[in-house]
This record gives sequence, structure tokens and C-alpha cells, in this order.
Amino acid sequence: MSSPDRPGTRLDPWFDSYAARAHAMRASEIRALFSVANRPEVVSLAGGMPYIGGLPLEELAEMTKRLVMEQGEVALQYGSGQGDEGLREQITQVMALEGISAHPDDVVVTTGSQQALDLVTKIFIDPGDVIVAEAPSYVGALGVFRAHEADVVHVPMDAEGLVPSELDSTLTRLKAEGRRVKFLYTVPNFHNPGGVTLSLERRPQVVEICQRHGVLILEDNPYGLLGFDSDPLPAMRSMSEEGVIYLGSFSKTFAPGYRVGWAVAPHAVREKLVLASEAAILCPSNASQLAIRTYLDHADWQGQIKKFREQYRERRDAMIGALEEHIPSASWNVPEGGFYVWVKLPEGLDSKSMLPRAITARVAYVAGTAFYMDGSGSTHMRLSYCYPTPERIREGVRRLAGVVDAELEAVSIFGQEYRPGGGTVDFPSPDLA
Amino acid sequence: MDVMILAGGLSHERDVSVRSGRRVAEELRDRGLKVSIHDVDTSLIPALREKADAVVWPLLHGASGEDGSLQALLELTGTRYVGTRSKEARVAWVKSVAKAVYGRDGVATPDYVTLPQSLFREVGAEQVLDAIVARFGLPLVVKPARGGSALGVTLVKEREELARAMVHCFAYGDTAMIESAIDGTEVAVSVIGTGEDAVALAPVEIVCDGPYDYDARYNPGRVEYFTPARLSAEGTRAVAEAALTVHRRLGLRDLSRIDMIVDADGVPQVLDVNIAPGLTETSLLPQAAVGGGEDLGAVYERIVRAAAA
Repeated sequence: MSSPDRPGTRLDPWFDSYAARAHAMRASEIRALFSVANRPEVVSLAGGMPYIGGLPLEELAEMTKRLVMEQGEVALQYGSGQGDEGLREQITQVMALEGISAHPDDVVVTTGSQQALDLVTKIFIDPGDVIVAEAPSYVGALGVFRAHEADVVHVPMDAEGLVPSELDSTLTRLKAEGRRVKFLYTVPNFHNPGGVTLSLERRPQVVEICQRHGVLILEDNPYGLLGFDSDPLPAMRSMSEEGVIYLGSFSKTFAPGYRVGWAVAPHAVREKLVLASEAAILCPSNASQLAIRTYLDHADWQGQIKKFREQYRERRDAMIGALEEHIPSASWNVPEGGFYVWVKLPEGLDSKSMLPRAITARVAYVAGTAFYMDGSGSTHMRLSYCYPTPERIREGVRRLAGVVDAELEAVSIFGQEYRPGGGTVDFPSPDLA
Repeated sequence: MDVMILAGGLSHERDVSVRSGRRVAEELRDRGLKVSIHDVDTSLIPALREKADAVVWPLLHGASGEDGSLQALLELTGTRYVGTRSKEARVAWVKSVAKAVYGRDGVATPDYVTLPQSLFREVGAEQVLDAIVARFGLPLVVKPARGGSALGVTLVKEREELARAMVHCFAYGDTAMIESAIDGTEVAVSVIGTGEDAVALAPVEIVCDGPYDYDARYNPGRVEYFTPARLSAEGTRAVAEAALTVHRRLGLRDLSRIDMIVDADGVPQVLDVNIAPGLTETSLLPQAAVGGGEDLGAVYERIVRAAAA
């Protein structure tokens, strides 16, 4: 497109230098719309920010002060690439609540479990390798997989989570096609965005199927302790030490600002994870790790999780009640824990196309397309109940009902059919409510 | 001199506005001016009272920032501000009204029709869309009758794409403008100043590998810009003259950006008028200033001082 006589400018002198994988990292119209979500006039049901207003902040301030006064020279120094040994010991105790028996040496502390996701993908994925993931899947994981040029193949879920027979047939088909499947990515508890939990009965089935096909399981479990009514189900890691890499996080059970998560992996994998992590960040933050150690040592952290559960249950009830009252033409699951309700819109609506109308009506959600790699998902939207108060949730759903009605009218006038769009980032940044 | 930049707001273009605000603030601070950035919220009027001597630069895009509402508020509070006054802003904001006004001075603009969603419901969408295609042919551009940053805009090449483009457009507003797509050289002309003192900056030519949509505008790479545009001397004069005519005829003040396409006959066809043009890293007015050999900070300072006078 350049002129032979005079070159123009593309405003980015390095445009031709980017790696191919960077070209998919683009600002999108949809992402720009989310910039109003943090304004108080807008009820955001979009982001996944935990409700940390419920934390004992004064107590935490005191702990932080003591930490710096008493252990400042350690907390503010570099630390081990694998993570603080004391914290790794405590992490094994946290995981024991979900039936996992692990040694502190098995644990690699990371900067949020998001970094663990990146590390696992980095050490396993060559461009074009296949990752099998639930349909829909956590958008942050899809971003990592895309960045490493993986090919994601989705497998359906139902009310009991990932469907084992579909997983089996997908893996069989991919093998027949000569594709290299590296791992199954799954969020078994209170799925993001699906809200469902993989049933107890299916867990060993999924483990067996993956074992039979020689496929590793990446079990991502940020919400496992946030069930409203029942005890946590045993993690798949408790059923297979060699076949599962388990990811955990303090972001939802304590606070995401510390950015502390972890991976538990078979011995050889773990060694590579540590080396890859050191190459990326040298070591996780010592200050954050020691702050969490202090919290686990001195605060009633299990009591705090119980409080979170009660708060989130109240918000879930507010959302479900409001959906029943205001948008009965949609359908949804009722999550038994976690942060999200996955809503199927009335026939003919496209959640991505409807979003500008929602922003005008001062309510935000995430369009279902964000949770698929293949452009599908437009029939659904994800609503988060973790951050807004129950009153705001009810108001948000009431506004959403008006948006749905108006969009239904527009669609009925034009009788349009949805066609999926491109692969831009259609998701709010993590600091949006 | 104190400058208060208003950026943010609640429109679909909040993100662009915030970025524009930061860039302008940085340039003005480098010129030694005292600059603060303020969102439009309940703290605005107290802030305006507190800084009664400040010159306000409203950098809000989209409704309330460009439709004359915010300008009316600034007039109510007796604030000195940069840009077009409320009455003229109201006219410029409604694309069809603005086209009618500058069309009287012989400025060419593509054939268009502006229709509300309700009309499609009342008389039947298929028939209206058929009539539009019969009248204007294809390709067509469907865009919200109000708004900017190419939000809700679709270039429609096939008849069957039209319904979806309409739904997309109506998600941004209740009235759509459907316009004949003109083939030619896409040019943006920024104008600085007011009335007879207004001057056109170097025209910027936009060469895009597809529609000049949000993705192309805010992700560097897909668009190649030429400043000044690769036009003949006569062509350059024609686009500057068209831009100045629009700017003056609509009574715009201090700065504006007039988007146009120079058609196969060399006639500038005006597409859009922006009274609060984007001033981000990738925006066209800053490119025009810098490409024309001007110092961007000096241009912004001139704008502010003119508004303060």
C-alpha cells in the first residue's frame, strides 16, 4: 500500500518486527466499551473482582506492619524461584481440604495462578499443538493459549460439568487426525464462566480417559473452597499424581492484590516449571508470600472463607431472583459456588452485538464470545455476582431486562442472523468491577 | 494559566477520551501550563467553582461531550472553554442537520438517508432496506446518526449484510444514517481557529487495508497515513477549502476535524464533522500538526490561549 514516491507512516515503526503471535493482541471496540464499567453510574456484572471489602483490613494493616518491622530484610529481598518453603508447607495444608496429599517440594509458587497457566503452556506447547478445553473456557486461559499459538478444541459441558463421552470421542478423533493433544484444561469447580461443577462420579472418568489417551490434565481450581452448601469435592489431583498438574490461588479465598498462586506438578514437570519461572520473573514476590504466610498463621482464614461464601451466596440469590423476575425469557444455571451465572439469551439475540446497548443503559456484562476460541458463544453472556451488592445486582438485572427487550425488538424488525467476528480481546481488564 | 481538561464521561467513547486527555495534558505541561484532568461527574461543578479562572478543554467524545450539553453547562457556570459553543454543537452533532447546513454552501456529501429504528418497525424493514439499495446501490455505509470513533459503523458490500449492520448500528443509538460508500482517497482535514482566522492544517491521507473502523484506528499497523496527503496542489486547496467552509458555516470554534473522501472526479465529499476530534497517539489532528511541521504543544497552547482571550 505504500506509494513509490513517498512513504507514509503506520505510527508503529516496529509493526513488521512483531512476532506473528502478537498480531492477535489488539484493542477492540468491545474492550473499549468496558472503560465505563468502573463509573458508579454503571452496574458492572462484567468483571470477576472478589469482594475484598469483607476482609479485616485493620488486622491486615497491623500484620503488614509487623512483617516489615520483624522480617523486612527477608520480605523485601529476592527469594527462591520455587517459592518460600514455609508458604509451600501451608499450601499443602490448604490443598488437603480438597483431598490432595502433596509434599511442599511438589509446589511451585507463582505470581497468581495465571502465571502458572502461562508456564505450563510455555513448557508444553509448540505452535499448532492442541489443548482440549471446556466449552466455554476461562478467557484468561484462552489468552495464554492464543499467545503460545495453541489450537484450542472445545468439549461440551452439561449440568454435571465436562461430558466424559464427548471428551473421549474428541480425543479419539484428534488422534485419528494425527493431531498432538498436549493437555486438557479444566476448571472443575464452579466453572468460570459456566458456573457448573464436575460431578464426583465424572472425576475418575475424566482422569481415566485422559490417562488412556496419554493426555495430561491441567486442573485449574481457584474457586474450589467457595461452595455454598457442600464440602469441597476431591480434586482430580488426588486421583492421579502423575497425570495432573493442579493450579491453586489465594486470589479468591484471600486477596488478588498479593498475586500469589501455585502449581503442583509431577516431579520432572515441576523442575521445568521452576526453571521457566526463574527465566520469567526470577522469583515470586517475597513480600506477598510472607504476607500470606502471616495471614494463614495468625488470622482465622477458614472463618474468612466461610464469610465470603455467605456473602457470595446472598449475591447469587439476588441475581437468580432478579433473573427470574425480570428476564424469564432467558435461561441459566444456578451455581452452587463461585462467582458466575452463565445466561442463555432468548432466541435470536447476540450478546456481543447487544453490549453497546447495555452500556448505554448503564449495565455491563461479558459477551459469551470471549470464552470460546472459535467465535461461538454469542448466544450467552456471563454475569458476575461477586463484586456488586445484592441491591446493585437487582438493579443491574432490571436494567439488563430493558436491554434484552430493546434488542429483541431490533432483531425482530430486521430478522438478522449472527455471524461470528474476529479474535480481538473482548474482555475487561482485571481491575474492572 | 490553569487548564482543566475534561475527559472520560459515560459515552461509548470514554476510553478514547481518557487517552486524548492524558496526551493533551502532557503536551500542555511541557509548555509550562498548569493542567488538571477531571471526569464529568458530581464533583465537576464544585471543581469549576474552585478553579473559576481556569480555561476548560472539554475532550469528551460522543453524547453530552459533543452534543452541546456539556458546553451549555459550561456556559451556565460562566466558564471559559475551548471549542464550539452549545448552540452550534447541537447542529454539528446531528449529522443530517449538519450536512444540510454546509450542503447549502455547495460542499459535496454522499447521498444519505437518516432513519429511526421505529420507522423500520412501522413500515417493514425489508421494504425500507430494498428501497435504500434501489436508490443508493451498494456498497453502503451504515452508521449511528450520532457518535464517533467509527463505533457501530459497518461497510456493507452485499444486500444480505445490511440487516446485521442495522442491528449493530441501532445498538449504539436509535437513529441510523445510511450513506452511499464513495470510492476515492480518504482524507482528514483538521482546522484550528475560529471564523475568518481559522486555518486548515496539512490534510492527512488514510490508506487502510479494509474499512477505517475502530480496530484500524486504534491498533497501529493496518493503516498507512500520508501527511500531507498525496494530492495535487489543486486537490490540497480543494480539501482545505471544503474543511474551512464546513468549519465556518457550522460556526465551529478553536478546533475541528472534517473527514472526507476525494472522489474519482477530484471532488471532496464530506463524511463527518468532529467538534472534539480525538487527540490520542494515533489520532489525526496531532498527525496533521506534526506532519505539517508544527510543534504539537505549541498548537495546543495556541488553542488554549485563544479560548482564554
